[in-house]
Amino acid sequence: MIRKSRLVFGSVTLGVAAVLAAILLISHVWRENPLPAMALGGPFRLASANGGIVDSEQLRGHPYGVFFGFTHCPEVCPTTLYEMSQTLGELGDQAKDFRLFMITVDPERDTAALLKEYVGNFDPRMEGLVPTPEELKAVAKSFRAYYDKQPTSDGSYTMNHTAMVYLMDRDGRFVTVIPYGDTPEGRLEKVRRLLGQG
Amino acid sequence: MRLVKEFAIATALTIAAGLSIASGHAHEVKIGDLEIIHPWSRQPLPAARVGAGFFVIANEGKTDDRLIKATAAISDNVQIHEMAMEDGVMKMKELTGGLVIPAGSTVELKPGSYHIMFMDLKERPVEGTAFEGTLTFEKAGTVSVTYEVEAPDAGMN
Ligand SMILES: [Cu+2]
Repeated sequence: MIRKSRLVFGSVTLGVAAVLAAILLISHVWRENPLPAMALGGPFRLASANGGIVDSEQLRGHPYGVFFGFTHCPEVCPTTLYEMSQTLGELGDQAKDFRLFMITVDPERDTAALLKEYVGNFDPRMEGLVPTPEELKAVAKSFRAYYDKQPTSDGSYTMNHTAMVYLMDRDGRFVTVIPYGDTPEGRLEKVRRLLGQG
Repeated sequence: MRLVKEFAIATALTIAAGLSIASGHAHEVKIGDLEIIHPWSRQPLPAARVGAGFFVIANEGKTDDRLIKATAAISDNVQIHEMAMEDGVMKMKELTGGLVIPAGSTVELKPGSYHIMFMDLKERPVEGTAFEGTLTFEKAGTVSVTYEVEAPDAGMN
């Protein structure tokens, strides 16, 4: 009886230790290289706020960034646009092939015209994309991005959404993310690294 | 404990005062035991439909109070919001029950955190100007505040 419970205790301890070790390993790898070797992002064809279609197949040869947002966003989206404008401004011609897409998670309110005007305040390498609700679902899923509607007391709503810039290389492969709140140096370094590849 | 709280308030007030003096916007208002320090907002982007207001509230009293309502000249639809980042997801929600200002504490409304949300902007305030608003507290009552309008990218990295 005693022996058996010891055995159980022993294997539970071993199990816990193994899980802890796995967590440590994963969190270490995660820190070194966020979202390691994940096939994030898939082919997409979305209407551009500037007119026409942006097809990920036609982006081959162009490293690009993608983030999800909406124009009724008080903080994260304008900050991302400002910060990335600053980064691209600093890189100047080094990043002339780079493009940055803001995919609206609020296609109900964000018309092409509104999104064009909104993104038009920033670096010209940035462009708004306006998916249909179905297209949004698919593209968000491919980036494992999250969004949902939060009702407000006035009968309107606001959106929760993933706030990070996904960086994709010239072959359309996911490289890394710029998390929200990253430092100017961190942003610069990540985009530079992306541009230096291939 | 009391001493620690007082110290925390003094520190927060000193920092807040230092910040507002540094940016040339020293302004605060008092109502009852509450002090509202440096209300400010950003000039909204040309296409933006929303704006946000920020300030620090210090409760020097012995009872909790609660911010339950806000109005502003630039919007007929003003809400009290909380924003937080959770696993890379920006979450924002309306605090329909208001925002508690605990006795002897300061609560900071700032970018990325609690904020006053100006929905459906009917006016677009310009950097360097100011606009009026009111804040209503459950116990202290209603007070007028003036939001100073800063640059569209004020307080960003
Ligand atoms: Cu808000």
